[in-house]
Amino acid sequence: MTKGILNKINLMWVAIIVVLYLLLSYMMAAGIINSYYKITLFNMCINIMLAVSLNLVIGICGQFSLGHAGFMCIGAYSAGIITKMMPNYAGLILGILVGFVISTIAALIVSIPTLRLKGDYLAIATLGFSEIIRILVQNMKITNGAAGLSGIPALTTWPLLMLGVVLTIVICSNFTRSAPGRACIAVREDEIAAEAMGINTTKYKVIAFVIGALLASAAGALFACNFYVIKPTQFTFNKSIDILVMVVFGGMGSMTSSVLAAIAIGLLNMVLQNFTDARMIIYGAILVIMMIFKPQGLFGDREISLSKIVDKAKAKKEAN
Amino acid sequence: MSQFLQQIVNGLSLGSIYALIALGYTMVYGIIKLINFAHGDVYMIGAYTAFIVTTYFGFSFFPALITCMVVCGLLGVLIERIAYRPLRHSPRITALITAIGVSYVIEYTTAYFMGSEKRTYPQLLSNASFQLGPIKISTQQIYIFLITIVLMLLLQFIIQKTKMGRAMRAVSTDENAAKLMGINVDNTISFTFLIGSALAGAAGILVGIYYNSINPLMGMVPGLKAFVAAVFGGIGSIPGAMIGGLFIGMAETMVIAYGSSLYRDAIVYAILIIVLIVKPTGLLGKNEREKV
Amino acid sequence: MKGNMWKVLAAGTMALTMLAGCSSSSTGKEETGKKLNEGDTVKIGLNFELSGDVSSYGQAERNAAQLAIEQYNERSDTKFKAEGVEVDDKGDAAESTTQAIKLIEEDGVAAIVGPATSGASIATYEVATQNNTPVISPSATQVNAMMNGETPYEYAWRVCFEDSYQGAAMAIYSADTLKCKKAAIINETSDYGQGLANQFETTFKEHGGEVVAHEQYNAGDTDFASMLTKIKDSGFDVLYIAGYYSEAGLIIKQAREDGIDCPIVGADGFESEKLVQLAGKENLNEVWYTTAYTTVNASDELNAFIDAYTKKYDQAPNMFSALAYDATNLVLDQLEATGATGEELNEAIKKANFEGITGSFTFDEKTHTPVKSVMVVNQVDGVQTEATEVKVD
Repeated sequence: MTKGILNKINLMWVAIIVVLYLLLSYMMAAGIINSYYKITLFNMCINIMLAVSLNLVIGICGQFSLGHAGFMCIGAYSAGIITKMMPNYAGLILGILVGFVISTIAALIVSIPTLRLKGDYLAIATLGFSEIIRILVQNMKITNGAAGLSGIPALTTWPLLMLGVVLTIVICSNFTRSAPGRACIAVREDEIAAEAMGINTTKYKVIAFVIGALLASAAGALFACNFYVIKPTQFTFNKSIDILVMVVFGGMGSMTSSVLAAIAIGLLNMVLQNFTDARMIIYGAILVIMMIFKPQGLFGDREISLSKIVDKAKAKKEAN
Repeated sequence: MSQFLQQIVNGLSLGSIYALIALGYTMVYGIIKLINFAHGDVYMIGAYTAFIVTTYFGFSFFPALITCMVVCGLLGVLIERIAYRPLRHSPRITALITAIGVSYVIEYTTAYFMGSEKRTYPQLLSNASFQLGPIKISTQQIYIFLITIVLMLLLQFIIQKTKMGRAMRAVSTDENAAKLMGINVDNTISFTFLIGSALAGAAGILVGIYYNSINPLMGMVPGLKAFVAAVFGGIGSIPGAMIGGLFIGMAETMVIAYGSSLYRDAIVYAILIIVLIVKPTGLLGKNEREKV
Repeated sequence: MKGNMWKVLAAGTMALTMLAGCSSSSTGKEETGKKLNEGDTVKIGLNFELSGDVSSYGQAERNAAQLAIEQYNERSDTKFKAEGVEVDDKGDAAESTTQAIKLIEEDGVAAIVGPATSGASIATYEVATQNNTPVISPSATQVNAMMNGETPYEYAWRVCFEDSYQGAAMAIYSADTLKCKKAAIINETSDYGQGLANQFETTFKEHGGEVVAHEQYNAGDTDFASMLTKIKDSGFDVLYIAGYYSEAGLIIKQAREDGIDCPIVGADGFESEKLVQLAGKENLNEVWYTTAYTTVNASDELNAFIDAYTKKYDQAPNMFSALAYDATNLVLDQLEATGATGEELNEAIKKANFEGITGSFTFDEKTHTPVKSVMVVNQVDGVQTEATEVKVD
């Protein structure tokens, strides 16, 4: 059962994804999901990508980054600028790739020196770095300064987004189970002990950080091509906190939780839309209350694992 | 040359404000190793308290200053009781996230009740200015500078010479040992928050008077900059916070004067990153070996 | 359990790509508007920045729009009842798009008024045009905001003038009327500030002036001392501040206290009673700004609006509220006149000859921007004393 790529579990996952994809596509085509729910769904998907990738950095590797919005900003602007010149999928792909290159460079610049820092220092350093990115974008000609880019072609489609989400989750969860991923978990649990065991802690922290940055940049590109307009003010410290809220709300360290939390917060946003003034207070309160009473998050670090479900079902059958 | 001197005066008055906020950061970090993200918002509450007591109750400067310090001090203690005390022994990330949450709650609760638009103060201090040779100094700048120095000296006195100060230093060095020596750790930490937040309150009213413009989100950026100042000076060190604050104020001013005003915020974050890489303990910080 | 990551990826990608072909294109809305029956309730979308950094503008506009709707419903000679559906775009362009779709799809609004800022407004134009729902932005002043390449978005309108128009007007006034030769410019790093500043600089040079200093600040800044010290010795005889009252007030105060006593000029961002509170009465002399909304020689309609607004919200209205009031009334007037939504309503707006509290205007069909006269207002001791009309060639 564990042999080969086309094993039962993987096939089941593919089947679930395909069914989910077809179901939602059908609902969109039939108008059960109208444009409003559709754009909300799109937004949720982008948030899932952001939350899962941040979770890789914070939850798996234990490095507290407050700079996710900066990488998203890089991806959004790369895709925005290029697709404005080449309004087709080649342009989008090129935009995403350029975003990858720039965010890798940026992530290396920020991570190699700063990842030596501990928890809260790192948080502030990444925050500062992401603000610097935003200030640069705000003052460059090619990004059209503070006015931002408008008239970006709407290239983000549902299959593309679904692909993005699935890839993000597959990359993150496979990374977690790989050798470097386990090294990252060791770093999270106890950095000094990990180092004593011969793990090159900086190296693995940088790897996790760069993967997180790349995925955030891809999410940014899809974001830019979904909403027509991007402005530097969309990528402030507050955006990083929004993503952080999803990771914390779901539970640090679990990809499933991040996905569920991104969906839950998307729904919460819809419900609280009419309680404008109270919304931010509630967000703040959620952070405080979660940390005091349920620091492991709403769903904890559990993952939905098909293999476990299948094993259980089998065990039950055998027991009968 | 006269322009340079004038810029130094500008930098000093901006820096004094950062220094006042940075003192609170450094004290809290020194004692419980927590970046109190909500500190900038306590400063904002100080500005709003002064706004309310001066506009609606007609307080003059000094009574308003005292009220602000008391209100903010109590707010600081309250925040510590509710949000930070239950988490004192949890991972640092947990505490930092809580601090961010508290900051959001304070900011948006204020916006909810006071509205998000900018508010102005009645005139509390004269804004006459003197010509000192080539430079011009306003009374308000002198007030800011003097009040900052006086409060810092007072703080230094409390920490070095009083019993409570000794307890604070003891808790900061080793919480458990302090407990064994009969020090009430909880009260000591509360006291630290009281003092630190009161200083932020003083900064709040001074800024309100000096710039004559306050709003519910005013604490965020100065809060971060003050944190950078505290890190620059060596977090945990009182004179360090003072020097750090003045340095950041000066750096910002000089960037505007001889570079581009667009990068005034960027330079502060750049300083932070450089300090963290080159000398994470800051200018006057103690070098602590990590215990396994 | 542990599969080979890349193979799974490849399989998944292939499956999805194959399926991508199946996903049908979204169903376009075929109907281009409908006729209303007398007594119908018409919904008007109010998409404003109710929270976030610029919520003070959004809230002022929301208040005025609701006031206009309330007044419409109180009239006895109207055919319909209007209902304002409020949404909050949080000052975020993405949220603005989402909320515009919600208003159109979920609430079925006949038209949308808002948002206040250019970025958030532009973010709604595409979806509005796709769905044949007019959007009227009260204060999206950005240069070329209405343009989708060479042509304007069919269903997007604004009732304010473009930044460049005001910038040019003030440059002409400074050079020709105030006889200034050397200008210093301080602008906010926003589309608004940069648009004004660039046009001011260009036109001022065309009229024989020279720009000797140029500084920028971010919205929310409070300390301008070092900036002013820096430019003080550059020998300018007029200071152009391209920004909103919240910072402009502080710049004026700090400049005057610093001994800069030349004329200070600005744009409609100065238009707020807060300017006086921030700058101080004694500092507001030799100050001019361009605006479409002024309380000097106010018309009866404007005075009525100011009274009604002040009574309802317990604070005086500002330029933002006045523009939103006009935008909402423009929609209500055309609804009343045509009794239809969609294309017909949009045509009516295009042809409208509207008389509002910020001036009478018609739309320039090439830019969807009103042709309005610019007024230059003078402040003496913080009081607006005279308003002069300026022509831009």
